[in-house]
Formats: sequence, C-alpha cells, structure tokens
Amino acid sequence: MKGNKNGQLYCLGIESSADDFSVGISSFDGRILANIVDAYVPIEGGIHPREAARHHAEVAGNVLKQAFKVSNIKPRDLSAIAFSQGPGLGPCLRTGATVARALASFLGLPLVGVNHCVAHIEIGRLKTGVRDPVTLYVSGGNTIIAAYDSGRYRVFGETLDIALGNCLDVFAREVGLRQKRGLPFGAVVERIAREGKKFVQLPYAVKGMDMSLSGLLTAAVSLFRSRKYRLADLCYSLQETAFSMVTEVTERALTHVEKKEVLLTGGVAANKRLQTMIRSMAKEHDAHFDNVPTEFAIDNGAMVAWTGVLSWTHGAVTPFEASCVRPRWRLEEAEVPWLH
Amino acid sequence: MATLKRSVLIKKGAEANLYLGEWKGRRVIVKKRLPKEYRPSQLDLQIRTYRTVHEPQLMHEAKKAGVPTPLVYLVDVENATIIMQYVDGKQVKQLLGEATRRERQHLCFRIGCLVGLLHKWGIVHGDLTTSNMILDSNGAVFFVDFGLGEKTAEFEARAVDLHLMKRALQSTHFEFADECMRDVVKGYASIVGTEVSEKLIEKAEEIERRGRYVGERKDKRV
Repeated sequence: MKGNKNGQLYCLGIESSADDFSVGISSFDGRILANIVDAYVPIEGGIHPREAARHHAEVAGNVLKQAFKVSNIKPRDLSAIAFSQGPGLGPCLRTGATVARALASFLGLPLVGVNHCVAHIEIGRLKTGVRDPVTLYVSGGNTIIAAYDSGRYRVFGETLDIALGNCLDVFAREVGLRQKRGLPFGAVVERIAREGKKFVQLPYAVKGMDMSLSGLLTAAVSLFRSRKYRLADLCYSLQETAFSMVTEVTERALTHVEKKEVLLTGGVAANKRLQTMIRSMAKEHDAHFDNVPTEFAIDNGAMVAWTGVLSWTHGAVTPFEASCVRPRWRLEEAEVPWLH
Repeated sequence: MATLKRSVLIKKGAEANLYLGEWKGRRVIVKKRLPKEYRPSQLDLQIRTYRTVHEPQLMHEAKKAGVPTPLVYLVDVENATIIMQYVDGKQVKQLLGEATRRERQHLCFRIGCLVGLLHKWGIVHGDLTTSNMILDSNGAVFFVDFGLGEKTAEFEARAVDLHLMKRALQSTHFEFADECMRDVVKGYASIVGTEVSEKLIEKAEEIERRGRYVGERKDKRV
C-alpha cells in the first residue's frame, strides 16, 4: 500500500456538491488534520451551478495547497483520494471529481467515490460519538430523517418539495435580506427571529413522516408583501413553524424505529433554536441528543475523507470508468458495510 | 374520565401517549396528546385541539366507508384526550415479517381494499404505516391513528396517501416492499377501478419526482 507517515495512513477528501469547495485530510484512525472550505457567495440570487463550478475550479489549487500546509502532510503520504460523488449539482460535483481523478492518477492512488449524505452522518458519528442515531440532516439541499437498518441508512422521512435551508434562504432573499461571507441567510433569519414576539399562523404540513415546506414559504412571503406584519414576527413564525414540522417528523421516526440517539446535522443544524427544539424532543423520549459542530455539519471535505477511509477499508474502490458523478444518488442506495 | 380504572401506559408514541385501562366495564385505549415543550404554545394547542377533534370524526366516517376502526367512547377536547375501544390484535408491522408469502399477499391485498374504501368515501388517512394497522382475532384489519387524516376528495391528497404507504413499506419492510405494494395496488384497484387507480399511481409517481434525487428524474451516470 502506498503512503504512510510514521506508520499512519491518510485519506484526502474532496467535497464540491453545491456552493462549497472543500478539502479535508483524515488519518485512518479518525483524526482530522485539515478541513479547508472555500464558499462561493453569489452576488445576487441563489446558487448558479455553472458559476459555482467555475468558482470551485478557480479555488481548487489553493484549497488543496492550504490543506497540505495545515496538516503538514505531503501528497506522497496519502493512501487514498475520496470525493463526493453525489447527490448534488452536476457541474459542481464534476469539478470536484475531476480534481480527485487528476490527483489519484498523478499519485497512483485508489479513488473512492462517497455518498455525500452518508458522509454527513459518518462525520457526525465520528465527532459526537453517537453510535446508532436517528439523524435529522437539514441543509440547503436536503431535509432527511434517516436511520440505519440492514446495511444501509434508510430514509424514514424527507421533504416532499423544497429543503428546509432552501425555504429559509429563499424567504430571506424575497424579503430583501443580504447574506455576507461567514453570515449565511439562515443565520440572518435566526438573528432577526430573536426579535420576533407575535406568532403568526402559517401552514403546517406534516404528511406521515414526510413534510411539505413550499406552501409555508409562499404564505410567509405573501404575508410580508401584505405589509401587515413585522419582519421579525414573520422570521420568528417561519422558523417556529418549519422547525416544529421537522421536529415532529423526527419524533415520529424516533418512536417508529425505537432508537435511543438523535443526531442533528447539515447547515441548518447551526441554528440554536432548532437545536433547542430537537434536544427537548429527544429528552422527552429519553434519547441522547447531539448536534454536529458547525465546521463538520456544513458541507466539508473532512467528512468525505473520513467516509473514504471507512469505504476503502471495507473494500470499496471506485474504478475511474465508474467514477462519473451521480447527481441524484439517494442516501438509501448507498451501502454502508462498516456498520452491523 | 373519573370512571377510568387501572390505566397503564402501553405506548409512548410520537404525538400521544396510549394508556390501556378500564372504563365502564370495557377495556379501553386512552389516547392523550400531551403538550410539546418544543413548539410555541399557541401552535401546540392548535395542533392538539385540531387533531383531537378531527380524529374521532374521521374514525366515524371510516366506519361508514366500511373500514374497521375502534369505537370512540369519549372525546375530551380540553385535555386533548380520546377514549376508544381496545382492539385485541397484532400490528401489521410485526405480522408482515412473520407471514408466509401467501399470507403477505392476502394481507396486502386487503389493506389495499381498505385504503380504496377510505379514498372512495373521501377520506385520506395521512399516515398509512403498517404500525397503524391492527389485525384482530376475527381477522378484521383495523385502521388507527387518523390524527393526520383529512376529509377530502382531492386527487393529490389521495396520491400523497399512496406515496406515503409505499414509503412506509420501503423503509420498514424493504425486503419485500415492491411485492407488498403491488398487492396493495391490486386491492386498491379492485375498489376504485383500474382507471382511477392507474391515474393515482401516476400522480403518486409525479409527487415522488417532486422530491429530491428520485425516480425517473434520476439521470444515468454522466
């Protein structure tokens, strides 16, 4: 086997499924040595896949360089290259995959394609120490309630339309808020919501263990346009309603599968109010709650590197000819042979 | 409520606690929707009240449609509590795993028929999981937990119901989900007719595609 430094093996992971380009380096025993993220911030509107991909291509070299620098690892110390193969935005994924293939072929290392959603759960388990959780994964692109059963993470609940992060982002944009580097829309809405006092009724759409968020978004935006409500009250009510919905479906999944741990991850997991709600729900069912630290809850290369370690040590290598990106690779389609 | 005797908690569900007790000489289930600390009190009260009022109404409607549901004895809106008949039987969730292939086929077909009857009568259940179906000792399948149900004839709502049924089978009974769903659809079609059933399945697939990373929208490896 190639690579190794002082008897330790390392895997480099590339994440590029949406607006972040990130490189992480993990040792085979689960120490994260680097996790560099460079975010694409659109001047206006949402993520344009082509523009984001262009950003990724521009910053890739620099992010890689930084990752090697902070980890004090040389390319020749590596044993495997992992990359986020899907799901995500095609052009963005392709950029990351291209960088991964180039590195793997130049260094003569095995390539490991990783499922982005699996990676979120695995880094969560590594960083929090939970073993067999019901995971609520909420981000700009995903709203999934999943738990392990028979070789895979099964999806028990998910959004029927838009993702929770997307709901908050679009609301923020529609009401004219601005995001800044380091202060995403979700954080802006959270901040304003703290000033909210009056609860405004909005559509609450839980369907079994699934939920629908698009009606809620439309209603909140049109109430804002009616000019009859304070923005703070709307931010507050939007958050309370949407978070109550995801908390209820997580609660349904938790009692359905009868597990004793709840893990909160994804970009929206940084929201303090959501953390409080999920924690309170878990406590009621005597379940242990943990939320993934923000650095590892947002899209990041470390999670890909670590999942690459798990996959590779369980025999999963992705030959070049099968390394094309899979923009719609569902969580439950990915095998997780390291869990039993 | 005062006459309720010997009640013991038998299930701490997601939205309600279920107690088994004795009420006026009958074995009853007491379903109490407790306040949830995590959501704002106004929303909490609204959700609990709405579901406590609607669930018994839908259970009653379901009987008219020919679908067995527990008898409702008492509704206490203020305490978000419903007292209903105790159905002595087994959850379909447990049965499906133990059943032979033929038994499974038969059971799924019957479930499909019952869902068809509900829909034909303008009721959607809203949470068609196998833990919400009970096979009693006389061989009748009871539907319970209508808390997320609706009285509606809307095409879309019915399709969502079918979609949820499929999803529940896929996540909990993944070993034979496809086979089960086929039999459910057969039973369903025998009640609502093949034409309506096919249109609904088509709609359900459309709903599935609205979700993320699914079905036909899934591109080949590029």
